[in-house]
Amino acid sequence: MRAPYSTRRAMQLVIIALVPVFAASVFFFGYKALLVTLVSVASCIGWEVLSQRVMNRPVTVSDGSAVITGMLLAFNLPPGVPLWIPVAGSFFAIVVVKQLFGGLGSNFVNPALAGRVFLMASWPALMTTGWLAPAYGTVSGMDAVTAATPLSLMKNAALYGDPSYIIQGLNSWSTLRHLFLGSVGGCTGETSALVLIITGLFLVIVRLTDFRIVTGYLATFIVLVLVLPVHGNLWFQLFSGGLLLGAFFMATDWVTTPVTKTGRWIFGIGCGIFTVLIRLWGSYPEGVSYAILLMNICTPLINQLTGERIFGTPARIPFWTRHIRSVEVKK
Amino acid sequence: MFDLFASGLKLKSQKITSGQAIEVMPPPKKVHIPFSQHQGNPARPVVSIGDHVKAGTVIAEAEGFVSVPVHASISGTVTAVQRHPHPVLGHSLACTVEADESDEWKNPAQTHQSYENLPVPELLKKIKGAGVVGLGGGAFPTHVKLAPPDDIKIDTLLINGCECEPMLTADYRLMLEYPVGIVEGAKIFQKILGTPKLVFVLENNKTGAAHALEKEGAVVRIIRARYPAGHEKQLIKSVLRRTVPLEKLPWHAGCVVQNIATCHAAFQAIRFGKPLIERVITVSGEGVREPKNIMVRIGTPLEDIINFCGGYAAKPRKIIFGGPMMGIAQFAPDVPVIKCTTGIIVKLRERSEPETSCVRCARCVDVCPMKLMPCEMVKYVKHNEFNKADDLGTRACIECGCCAYVCPAKIPLVHYFKYGKTEIQRIRS
Repeated sequence: MRAPYSTRRAMQLVIIALVPVFAASVFFFGYKALLVTLVSVASCIGWEVLSQRVMNRPVTVSDGSAVITGMLLAFNLPPGVPLWIPVAGSFFAIVVVKQLFGGLGSNFVNPALAGRVFLMASWPALMTTGWLAPAYGTVSGMDAVTAATPLSLMKNAALYGDPSYIIQGLNSWSTLRHLFLGSVGGCTGETSALVLIITGLFLVIVRLTDFRIVTGYLATFIVLVLVLPVHGNLWFQLFSGGLLLGAFFMATDWVTTPVTKTGRWIFGIGCGIFTVLIRLWGSYPEGVSYAILLMNICTPLINQLTGERIFGTPARIPFWTRHIRSVEVKK
Repeated sequence: MFDLFASGLKLKSQKITSGQAIEVMPPPKKVHIPFSQHQGNPARPVVSIGDHVKAGTVIAEAEGFVSVPVHASISGTVTAVQRHPHPVLGHSLACTVEADESDEWKNPAQTHQSYENLPVPELLKKIKGAGVVGLGGGAFPTHVKLAPPDDIKIDTLLINGCECEPMLTADYRLMLEYPVGIVEGAKIFQKILGTPKLVFVLENNKTGAAHALEKEGAVVRIIRARYPAGHEKQLIKSVLRRTVPLEKLPWHAGCVVQNIATCHAAFQAIRFGKPLIERVITVSGEGVREPKNIMVRIGTPLEDIINFCGGYAAKPRKIIFGGPMMGIAQFAPDVPVIKCTTGIIVKLRERSEPETSCVRCARCVDVCPMKLMPCEMVKYVKHNEFNKADDLGTRACIECGCCAYVCPAKIPLVHYFKYGKTEIQRIRS
């Protein structure tokens, strides 16, 4: 007897959930966002077919995971990048991170995030200047923000003008309205908090996304932002940058997160901690990508340390051996 | 998809036969009775071709302590003692008996013995002599289960009427229609174990059966219907809040669990001297025209049963002996019903989706009632790293099928674990 859903059905549902985010990105950033997403998806599919043919493996692109990687990668890119950037990023994401390590289910980090980080490291100038002025929006007091995103404005306010005036403007409710709706500068998919929260919650409710990771991530983030001296108030930090995209869509990738329940909590909390630390004290304005990648790499260790206690094993055994059957309790 | 916190599964019960009273199937023309229908040593054959037997004649003796005898289930002539399809073992040595006109019984039901007059060793001897084994599917010799070593104190006897598998209703109908025999059988077990507390455990979709048992004076405890709540260790945990230690028996948690059909079989063995030669099974599924619960002789071939139930509704794709979660698919049309068969499911459509790669979604980890990590264990079994697989607890797997049910990649997890278990046994020995 089998449950009626399959991997392919799950991927299809995720793609359906990503379509509103895609629609929001096109709404705010126009045809450039559309092109970036289409090129990204097409090149992900292309690289997957090519690499699987070259490696003599069955072509599995119809399971939909390449499409998801393509869309997520595009959502992490500035809308104004030259179109060969997504092609290069998807090469790294699909061929290097996914296929060279064994294909679906074997990537060691989130492929879309790895692609974005690869692009940031290789072409930093292109990845930090392709911002576009969003439709219907301005950041309060600043027009034509082709030069910065709210987060980088907040962090490096002194470079753009009078810091206190800028920070006050960024903290104001009129800015927050734009941040929530999505009419600010940023990567194509990460700006609209409203759309991300709705589609993210949808995925959590149908159990395609584990609620433990999302809750652990956001709760830790909120607590730390309230406690530590970050720039901007809580809502600013929550709605700007890639946090919501990361918490709902990137950190929750099945392959690179722990399999145990406790492990998923730890993963979410760790992501939250690293995100805040990097935003606060790192040299990047945005910490989500690196936080998630760091926790991805820790996943095998978390899996090993948080196994559930096998039914019938004694209670008083060290927690790092709970999932191992053959441990004797020493008196 | 909404069960976030509990392990196990909430399955659709699909008990379409729960309203059908038990029909007694007349003895078939031919039966094939395997000598290995129970755990422990197979019985030793004592008949040869040409012997005339009556229903209830011993055709194989018990071999050792953990073994039971096997009886002929119809009267007739032995025509073969050879390898024959077996529902669990593939092929196994079996005795074929062809029926004669009479349905003669070896010990006509004239002896009415009350269990109260018999001493405990005599009761155990009669239960063993009748070939009674666990009828919930485990087929463990009952007399062994009821005889713990002297240093073990049993304080509770649980009678398992849960029938947590979907589609099976044999136990339910037995409780509704024969509660007297079941309760008396349970009291026999209670006497043998030194009068521990006696509790019947039923799932909450069987309230009618609960009332029937309570009318006979049974103490009934209702638990939430969840698969696999009827499994021994999970049952003890949910009812008594005791955990049976890994690789140990319920004895070590101070209790014994018996299926209600086993109680009925023991009752018949003591009161009427009747051996275990028939049992109630559920024939269900969309592939059979008249799904029903039937009392069938042990050894009846599959095709005779299907004919008795109206025949196939269409060309069957899969025939399962047991329940849809843990049952075993069959390949031969003359495979016989044995003591541990609880049902026959005929499916017209088979979801044979190919296995794809594991995406580490961890639904299997969330659902495992033994708190194992199937995705990790199967990884090691696939790569023949059986020591690592054993470390992670492959031997603790109860093969309930919950993990294979939820896996979106359609990995046949239980098959891998069955293979892994045999390999681990081979390495350890």
